[in-house]
Amino acid sequence: MSEPDHLAHETPQTTPHDERLLLALRTDSEINQAVLQPMLKTGKWFWMLVSILSLIVAWGVYAWGYLIYWGIGVTGKNRPVYWTLFITTFVFWVGISHAGTMISAVLRLLKADWRRPITRGAEAMTAFALMMAALYPLIHLGRVWKFYWMIPYPNNRFMWTNFQSPLIWDLVAIFTYLIGSSLYLYLALIPDMAMARDHVDSWRYKLYRVLALGWRGTEGEWHKLHRALGIFSVAIIPIFLSVHSIVSWDFAVTVQPGWHSTIFAPYFVIGAIYSGLSALASILVMVRRGMRLQEFLRSEHFNALGKLVMVAGMAWVYFWFAGFIVEWYGNDPVVREMIHEEIAGHLAPFFYLQMSANVIPIVLLVFKRVRTTPALLLASTLLVNVGMYTERALIVIGSLQRNDLPFNWGSYRPTWVEISIVAMTFAGFALLYILFSRIIPFVPVWEIKEGRLRYTLRRIGRLLVPTAAEID
Amino acid sequence: MATDANLSVEINRRWLLVVDLDRCTGCQACVVACHAENNVPVVGEKQAAYGRWMHWIIIQRYWEGEYPNVKARFMPVMCQQCTEAPCEPVCPVFATYHNAEGLNAQIYNRCIGTRFCGNACPYKTRTYNWFQPGFPEPLTEQLNPDVTVRTRGIMEKCTFCIQRIRRTEIDSQTEGRLLTDGEIQPACVQTCPTNALVFGDLDDPDSRASQLARSHRSFRLLPQLGTDPGVIYLKGGETNV
Repeated sequence: MSEPDHLAHETPQTTPHDERLLLALRTDSEINQAVLQPMLKTGKWFWMLVSILSLIVAWGVYAWGYLIYWGIGVTGKNRPVYWTLFITTFVFWVGISHAGTMISAVLRLLKADWRRPITRGAEAMTAFALMMAALYPLIHLGRVWKFYWMIPYPNNRFMWTNFQSPLIWDLVAIFTYLIGSSLYLYLALIPDMAMARDHVDSWRYKLYRVLALGWRGTEGEWHKLHRALGIFSVAIIPIFLSVHSIVSWDFAVTVQPGWHSTIFAPYFVIGAIYSGLSALASILVMVRRGMRLQEFLRSEHFNALGKLVMVAGMAWVYFWFAGFIVEWYGNDPVVREMIHEEIAGHLAPFFYLQMSANVIPIVLLVFKRVRTTPALLLASTLLVNVGMYTERALIVIGSLQRNDLPFNWGSYRPTWVEISIVAMTFAGFALLYILFSRIIPFVPVWEIKEGRLRYTLRRIGRLLVPTAAEID
Repeated sequence: MATDANLSVEINRRWLLVVDLDRCTGCQACVVACHAENNVPVVGEKQAAYGRWMHWIIIQRYWEGEYPNVKARFMPVMCQQCTEAPCEPVCPVFATYHNAEGLNAQIYNRCIGTRFCGNACPYKTRTYNWFQPGFPEPLTEQLNPDVTVRTRGIMEKCTFCIQRIRRTEIDSQTEGRLLTDGEIQPACVQTCPTNALVFGDLDDPDSRASQLARSHRSFRLLPQLGTDPGVIYLKGGETNV
């Protein structure tokens, strides 16, 4: 245990236990400033990054325009590979969006204390990843202006949508999730908007004043906020489970070999959690460095997040294996051909990339040193998402190349249009995220302050003693 | 027995196409006839090589045996007009649906191009307009006015020449007589030089098609999927060398 003098001198603390006390030494206004300063000060590198990302997005928008002008033929799709990188990336982004709610709602309900500094970043990730995901069903139509035909609206020609189609479930689920997660993000944001409003001027003041909805921090307001967050946390969990289940049913309800599987829904959900948590860890490592939030995002948080990624990874392996072994023993001729393609055929590089990139990080994250060293954590979680992207590509594109009649087997080559549009959403996500982090307090200040009450220093006689309290 | 109020045509039929694999020589005349009848665009060599041909009938060719005793087997595969069609429930906008005669109807103008039906179809007989289809002169002169010319981004497939079915039905009704067997001929059936294709009513036990369907040689494609197709194949023997 540290000496009181030792603490008082603000010597850098190294052990996780002591790190928790870092904030205990700060006053509320110091915390406010520590969160607000990185938002207000943007360096040269930030604008360089914004420009590069904007250029990639602009190029992607041009590619999309090119696709709209000429037709879906400018992508690498053909018969029978009707869905390719667009749907792969759609599944990927929906997957990424899952961790936000997972972290925020589940951990809030479980009262896991380490969630506090990372909830905002996670919720923002959900919202932006969903926005990127929602672009793909539009893009992949080619004639994007026909999209509204999928929306059930009364019209004089009595045309209705087919609620048997998983694409309609997708539409409903994604819109529900987008609205739900945006509201959830915004609810938890209100007290921080009020805090920011009170500390800035110019256009930011006007913006925050509107967004804070006149928050004053009265007892009644806090009570309502906690109640609303409690309700949202419960309500959004079935939505988040249903969204990726429905995405899996886009595939599983068909009789296409390799897709027609009952385990797809939970397998996709667990895969989404695995890739989403990994993406969150990667993003937090990068944002922490970029915005100098070392004080808030500490090794204890990365340690806990790393453990969660590891557990999700193990669950993914279990579900993958449960699906694979049934297909292997089922020995259906087409599925056998697909498995052969993956293990020893032309899909083998992707298959081994998928397996190694998904399994090696699990082994790495067993070690605490990997979980708590930002660079190592970043490397392993980025690897997970390489693996998960490959997995989705193998499911979508790999399966479609084979089907019941061998004469219809095909292959697929991506084109510059598809790659540009995929790059556009990655850059677009990063762009939205870093702009968001400069406008909205990235660390939920009120949650930190609330959590800080738990780990505090109390003077008992001549000693300063760290104490932990149970708070709601 | 259902009646279609709009057409005032009594409908109690299940259309059936019988494909005799013993007679098929793989000459592709049916494919050409289908292109002409149904305004199916020609996409050119480069696109076709990349698997973007638009043929509604695909003459699948399989090699059997080892050199020098190799046999080419031909199997024309068109939309199987499944009773339990996997393509139908997945379309979000009802662009493909089941009509009272057991046909999978395709509404081109309703299609928004999700291509979900193409993935769901186990026979992969649906084709997609990847680009704006072109009909270079003088092909525009022979476009069939009874069939919609599709634009890009639309799924299409064999319809059993539904325009011919409708026209013959209406003609026979105005003349106040019943349809006779063999009166309706889709373009492929009309063109086939070896009479490998027979079209008729499965529910009429005396029609030639339904008689052939009862042959010991008859089989349906991928019966394990339970799609109950409206196309019946007659097994090929030794003649198809």
